[in-house]
Amino acid sequence: MKRATFCAAVLLFAACAPMATRAQNPGTIFIQNATVLTVTHGNIEHASILIRDGKIAAVGADLKAPEGAAIIDATGQYVMPGIIDCHSHIAVDGSVNEAGPAVSSMANIADVLNPDDINIYRDLAGGVTTANILHGSANPIGGQTVVIKLRWGKPASELPFQGALPGIKFALGENPKHSNFEPPPGVQPRYPATRLGVEEVIRQAFIEAREYKKQWDDYNQRKSAGEQNLIPPRRDVRLDPLVEVMEGKRYVHAHCYRADEILMLIRVANEFGFKVRTFQHVLEGYKIADEIAASGAGGSTFSDWWAYKMEAFDAIPYNAALMADRGVIVSVNSDDAQEARQLNQEAAKSMKNGGLSANDALKLITLNPAIQLGIDARAGSIDVGKDADLAIYNHDPLSVYAVVQKTLIDGQVYFDRQRDIAGRATLAAEKQTLLDKEKKAAEAKKAEEKSEKKPETKPGQKKKPPQDGGGAVESGVAGGSR
Amino acid sequence: MKILNYSSRALVLILAATLAIPAWTQTATTTSYAIQGGKVFTLAGPAIENGTVLIRDGKIAAVGAGIAIPADAQVIDATGLEVYPGMFDPVTQIGLNEVSAVSATLDVSELGDYNPELVAATAVNPASAHIPITRANGITEVIAAPGTTGFDLQSGGLIAGQASAFNLAGWTMDEMQINRSVAMVINWPTIQTRTFDFASFSFKEKPYADVKKEYDKSVNALGDWMDRARHYAQAKEKGSPALYERDLKLEALVPVVEGKLPVLVIADEARDIRNAVDFCTRQNLRMILGSGAEAWKVKELLKDKKIPVVLAPTNRLPEQEDTPYDKPYTEPSELVAAGIPIAFSSFGTAFSRRLPQYAGTAVAYGLPHDEALKAVMLNAAQIFGLADQLGTLEARKIANVIVTSGDPLELQTQVRYLFIRGQLASTDNKHRELYEQYRKRPQPAR
Repeated sequence: MKRATFCAAVLLFAACAPMATRAQNPGTIFIQNATVLTVTHGNIEHASILIRDGKIAAVGADLKAPEGAAIIDATGQYVMPGIIDCHSHIAVDGSVNEAGPAVSSMANIADVLNPDDINIYRDLAGGVTTANILHGSANPIGGQTVVIKLRWGKPASELPFQGALPGIKFALGENPKHSNFEPPPGVQPRYPATRLGVEEVIRQAFIEAREYKKQWDDYNQRKSAGEQNLIPPRRDVRLDPLVEVMEGKRYVHAHCYRADEILMLIRVANEFGFKVRTFQHVLEGYKIADEIAASGAGGSTFSDWWAYKMEAFDAIPYNAALMADRGVIVSVNSDDAQEARQLNQEAAKSMKNGGLSANDALKLITLNPAIQLGIDARAGSIDVGKDADLAIYNHDPLSVYAVVQKTLIDGQVYFDRQRDIAGRATLAAEKQTLLDKEKKAAEAKKAEEKSEKKPETKPGQKKKPPQDGGGAVESGVAGGSR
Repeated sequence: MKILNYSSRALVLILAATLAIPAWTQTATTTSYAIQGGKVFTLAGPAIENGTVLIRDGKIAAVGAGIAIPADAQVIDATGLEVYPGMFDPVTQIGLNEVSAVSATLDVSELGDYNPELVAATAVNPASAHIPITRANGITEVIAAPGTTGFDLQSGGLIAGQASAFNLAGWTMDEMQINRSVAMVINWPTIQTRTFDFASFSFKEKPYADVKKEYDKSVNALGDWMDRARHYAQAKEKGSPALYERDLKLEALVPVVEGKLPVLVIADEARDIRNAVDFCTRQNLRMILGSGAEAWKVKELLKDKKIPVVLAPTNRLPEQEDTPYDKPYTEPSELVAAGIPIAFSSFGTAFSRRLPQYAGTAVAYGLPHDEALKAVMLNAAQIFGLADQLGTLEARKIANVIVTSGDPLELQTQVRYLFIRGQLASTDNKHRELYEQYRKRPQPAR
């Protein structure tokens, strides 16, 4: 069908679009004369940041640009640490849910990263540099997750945040118990259908995992003791990640809403000796902030989403601030490609709703998610030695009027607003050329088919239904795919 | 929070309002207020420093500098604060949608494709938790539009029913209602070859020709309805009641074909917008474009036909993969520069309180600030024919007034006072109550 080729053309085009903004080799870069929001040691006016080999080499008001450094003049602008989105589903090829089994820990989002997802670029243009790419919430124990940097233009293999621990998605409440949709006709509802069952599924899986771990531990012990001819236990890809959870090698990111189910998971985690790294959404976290803080888990929440389902009916926009007040490490996340483009705005709402300071509001989208993802030695603040992942705004990023001018990852400019705008005319022309070609080809093919068929049409021969020719392509331009 | 200087009488009053009883307003019988000392943005002229807004019997009585305060007026000290008309969210499901995923709480989408006789006001729940939550962010009046899609994936018919405008405070809808019928909602059909199928949770492709046929059928049917409504109007005018059967659907469409009631046509793609404009022109209908994600592609047409646009939330993703990343952000300024009237809207329920954020984002990307204020306060009133009652701080208008700590479009700005229908409305709400309740929770013993 013509549409397919058209889509391919658009994809190609879209992929090319912001490539122009891809940066050169990281060398020495000097961002000068900006208001630098370090997050860890205050704001510095008329300050500069020296970047060497992708790392922050110096920050301060009295730096001089080294010879040969590429200068980024940020006069009147604000530099903050690149935004870290602790809950994202961008850059995933196809569905984020392996929704069949109640435990889908064998599925791994890292296997289906799609570096051509245009939302990588769009979120980059919203100042996001790092995102926690999660499996969906269809299962009490969902698939494995991966932290990526938004290195637009790089292949999938270069997206993962090297050194960041992998994770696994858990989900509690309405989604794993399938409250809000019916199974297709003829399909049995899947267990569990209650919060009681959700707990049982998780406990049962960890009972199995504990048993499985024991088999491996025994095997390894006997092997290292020198025993010969041992048969290793059968590898179970479903239980491997759960063993890693119990060994502290994999983080649990648990989708949850109600206070009761959060407490449930804390109990189950205690029973099996692991820790929940983050409670995601955690919209009733404010009701049990002390318990969450005591468990050592972080809370990654929305700014002001509520009432979209029953378990979100007690959600309040003060959640982030109230949990933070009680000692929980809190981040504000997006769970949505658009929301990710405005996380600076969403963070600012916690100043209004709950009275966080500007710096604490910034932490919600920088240092705190970095801590939650175990990457705070590398990201989340503007400190010497950290990765040069930065977002440059024309105004205070906590203002609704702030617009991202440049986004840097590892010291490379991956987004540049001026370059994006300047490149649009070329891209539009390129698109038109492709469309014209496509149209011409379609017309030529049509004409060819006509001339070929004419003499040979026999009675009784089935006539082909008209294919979507030029007309369909034209309609496709206006967006027939949506 | 800043300590405010009230007159002692006002202090009692504010305490009554904030310590409330789950009432939307204090129970005192005050009918006269003087908001004094603030910077007053009337939206009908230049801002007034140290201005006064007098409110009496639910209406604005006077606005200006150096106005004498009547002896019986409660004085609200707005020194250091800013005074604006309340904000107006013109396409919402407020009152018709409590919890999006719980169908028992939804009255947004009726079955059937043609329901012109249905009126939102019939089922707006004045006790909805969304009402006090939304107004606490400075939104004082909204339109509930049946069959519109919001955050909640609802869709309801081609002619979805009549939208109703109401104030966000009152004991009953009768009290709250501004106008029972401000527009007929038409969800313009769209040619979608690829649709999401919830049953199989995957995308389904349909041949273009089939979808186009369905589309043409829908547009023809819409035309038939309008033609029949015209015939019905003629029969009604000329015949006696005995000669025709009363038909509620056609009766509801009569003001539409007579050009008395505008149609709010929800359409996003440029092709659909063009087709809708063509249809409304041929049918001689007064069109308001709703959503209009690609309205920027048809600016000349909209300008030429004088069609205003109620814009989908600014904070959304671009329509197409190759649409500039910031197009939804720059669209409002492009439309305004082209001379097309716009109003911001949430198209939702829970996100109605984000209305100023949508306007603010548009300012960040080029929309003049004063135009943005109009597009959240005044323009919707003009577009829906309510500007004689709402939208500016001028005498005789409904006293929907907000007093803010600063720029109402900025994220950190607090709404300090809120007047709806001339009464000091409480900014208490479910969220604030839960916050107060749980922040006082004692540390559990360990």
